[in-house]
Amino acid sequence: MTDASLITSSRRLLSPVAALRIGIVAAVLGTWEIVAASGLLFRDVVPSLPAIGKALGQLLIDPVYYANLGVTVGELLGALAVGGGLGLAVGMVLGANAYLGKAFEEFLYYLGPTPKIIFFPVMLLWFGVDTGSKVAMGALSCFFPIAVSALSGMRQVDGVLIRVGRSFRASTWQMVTKIYLPAMRHPIVNGLRLGLGVAIIGTLLAETKMSNQGLGFLIIQTYTTFNMPRMYALLITLFLLAIGLNALIAWFSGGGAARKS
Amino acid sequence: MREARRYRLPPIAFGLGTVILAFAVIEVLIRADVISQYVMPTPWQVLLSFGRVVAEEDIPHRFLATAGECLAAGALMSVFGMLLGVALYRFRLLRAATETWVAAFAAAPLVLAYPLFLVIFGRTAWTIIMIGFLSGLAPVALKTLEGLTGVRPALLNVGRSFRLTPAQQFWKVLFPAAVPTIFVGFRLGFIFALINVVGVEFLINFGGLGQLINELAERYDLPGTYAAITFVILVSVLFFIALEGIERWLRPAS
Repeated sequence: MTDASLITSSRRLLSPVAALRIGIVAAVLGTWEIVAASGLLFRDVVPSLPAIGKALGQLLIDPVYYANLGVTVGELLGALAVGGGLGLAVGMVLGANAYLGKAFEEFLYYLGPTPKIIFFPVMLLWFGVDTGSKVAMGALSCFFPIAVSALSGMRQVDGVLIRVGRSFRASTWQMVTKIYLPAMRHPIVNGLRLGLGVAIIGTLLAETKMSNQGLGFLIIQTYTTFNMPRMYALLITLFLLAIGLNALIAWFSGGGAARKS
Repeated sequence: MREARRYRLPPIAFGLGTVILAFAVIEVLIRADVISQYVMPTPWQVLLSFGRVVAEEDIPHRFLATAGECLAAGALMSVFGMLLGVALYRFRLLRAATETWVAAFAAAPLVLAYPLFLVIFGRTAWTIIMIGFLSGLAPVALKTLEGLTGVRPALLNVGRSFRLTPAQQFWKVLFPAAVPTIFVGFRLGFIFALINVVGVEFLINFGGLGQLINELAERYDLPGTYAAITFVILVSVLFFIALEGIERWLRPAS
């Protein structure tokens, strides 16, 4: 193979965008390693990349990690079931009834973005220090985005579909399951995506504050024992999990779902 | 039917009335010992404790501490977010390579890394400010980019016809036209910053209003805890309303 053909094939393999991405990643990792080796920052605050990689490897084969991951996933599912279910119901009722919508919609919009973690002392009193308070924190966090999405989705349902349902004398349950829910699946999945993100934050922050199990507990444990490589490894897995789930639901609600239909 | 509608309460009055009624029901249930008063104080006790909390817990100083942290985070977020947004607009290759990363950064649960910030910055206001800053950075950058790319070509052509320099084109045409959209980014960024600032104050027991809730809860001062939570919610809601007002004020100018 000649030099010219080699250059051409490498150009095809590596677009300018990909080259820049690789360059940025290499620059960040290189800077990290230089800072780690220089001792500029307090010792072990920036551990070397091999140390983080080793901690990540150890974490991924550690049964304790998976046991705590299971606890957090269980709490998240519970939070989504409770907060998501209530949010969906409230959003649909407020979206279906203009008077109730006008009466309570403002509460949803203004209470939605308030910091939810400050309710944790109350949740501890109501549901105890065990998993109940973490599920409650996740449920409280995801209730608002799901309710707001369901409310706006309900208002966007095509009037023709509603009239068709009524002309068939569909019951309220049939209207919900056969007309409303299928027609508003995109806003619901979108709300679920937003809700999942804030539920992860609410649940894990509660675990870091007061818990003896879950990923949040593992993170705060690495802080108290100053095991920085393990903390970085935990944060990497957590961020990848959160961003991956977000991207998966976004794909499902957008392009992927559209391609399938 | 029309008669019935005429005598209906205005929706807002109905909404507020329902909330007041709910509090009254809770008051009765607690007094009747259906709900334990060791878990929830009566709404009347919470209302009465507002004055005590304001007088005894140095609320003005705490409010200023939280506001200062929010403003510091907001200033950093505005400057660096706009610079990042302008860089993404100006360099197309950089935008193509990193726009999805910035969007992913916006979705990342950064606040969960607060133990890491604690190690780096210690239990100081900088931990709170940096988390607030980073959580609001991506929305400002993305909205700045959106605002700049959304400027009408006719405006750009007018600038070119006057032979404006690139700097003049930016400050006289691009930036003023993008300000309303950029402010949407500021609003989102400030909301994220406020949520994270108060949240981290509560979690690390340092700073202003968030720490107050933590301290009152640790003292098992139930009416005080509920009053402090209500106070923080009210402050947050007023903050959001003020930001919305500024945004509406900016919109017609476009």
